[in-house]
Amino acid sequence: MLSSLKDRVGAVLLPGDGFSLDTDDTISLTEQAKPDKVLCGPGLRRSGARLVACKSGVLRHKLPNVFWVDSQQRRYVPAKGETVIGIVMLKSGDVFKVDFGGSEQASLSYLAFEGSTKRNRPNVQVGDLVFAQFTIANKDMEPELVCIDSSGRANGMGVFGPGGLLFRVSLGLVRRLLAPHSDIRSDLDQLFPCELVVGMNGRVWVKSSSIQQTLILANLLQSCDTMTAPQRQELFKRVKQGAL
Amino acid sequence: MMANDSVKLSKNLLRMKFMQRGLDAETKKQLEDEERRIISDEHWHLDLPELKANENLIIEEPSFVPCENLNYGRISFKGFNPEVEKLMVLINPKEEGANEEEQQIGRMQTDVTDEEMALRYESLVGSMRKKFAKKRERAAMEDLNHNDTNSKRVFLKPHE
Repeated sequence: MLSSLKDRVGAVLLPGDGFSLDTDDTISLTEQAKPDKVLCGPGLRRSGARLVACKSGVLRHKLPNVFWVDSQQRRYVPAKGETVIGIVMLKSGDVFKVDFGGSEQASLSYLAFEGSTKRNRPNVQVGDLVFAQFTIANKDMEPELVCIDSSGRANGMGVFGPGGLLFRVSLGLVRRLLAPHSDIRSDLDQLFPCELVVGMNGRVWVKSSSIQQTLILANLLQSCDTMTAPQRQELFKRVKQGAL
Repeated sequence: MMANDSVKLSKNLLRMKFMQRGLDAETKKQLEDEERRIISDEHWHLDLPELKANENLIIEEPSFVPCENLNYGRISFKGFNPEVEKLMVLINPKEEGANEEEQQIGRMQTDVTDEEMALRYESLVGSMRKKFAKKRERAAMEDLNHNDTNSKRVFLKPHE
């Protein structure tokens, strides 16, 4: 049943490419009769009993039955559970309006911070940076952010700063930075003490012990997007030697 | 009797609780029928085909994070922010080395293997059989066991 999909793993898909996931007419004796569930990630969309690609990119597969399209894009579309860097734009009553680079501003309740109560409001000012997670993100509703997890702990979310530098990179680079065995991260590990906050919306905030080092980091990361691995390693080596 | 023929009590009155005692069987039945008809008339149902529970085999996941096992977005290098480094260890999915350790722990939790259990029960089979055997059978069984193994040890006098 999944053979048509599995055959295309690693191939380029274009929007509109469809897969039929109907059960085969022939029943094989070796395979189990129960049909498998398919988890389709970003770039694939369900349409009746078919799977249709809605982004162009390379089809990826993860065991057991996870498929998604690896695509390059710069526009961020919020997804539930993703963590992003937002800028507080407005304080209005109970909620803050937060710009996260999407089509619409998200709302962030003042109660959605660690340790905040009705009486004890969090100290959040307009212009602050927040690292927050989406609890509501669908195409028909206003997105909603929170700065706590399900057990009420901040776990690194909330207002961060001061200092540091915020800039934008492509969404693909963000994913490369956060990948489990990221070589960019291991290269960065060899440079100098620094801190990164990486939002899935393509915003990256860096901070280091001096402004100069922070700027170097920001420039490095922004140029990483269009470099091959050897080019990047060469550049990192030169930075480490203090040539730049 | 005369009054009964000319003046009839109204249905609503007859339906009242205190009138039920004096009613004869026929009128009672008639009233009940009528009531049932009214109830069934007032019950309405949607004239729809039955909903077919179609099991959905495709689950949509809008985020890359679970697909690619992405790490948490706060990173600190070389101890710049110790709090964040603690978080990184806590939140991020474990690396391969840690996984192996976990698997070992999983293996240790079943500390009696199937083989060990089988061996243990092997000896138990005999004692259970003894328990359920009748007295005579038991005696016979013991005889069998004793005959081949039990030759009473006696002190052998060493040679001079």
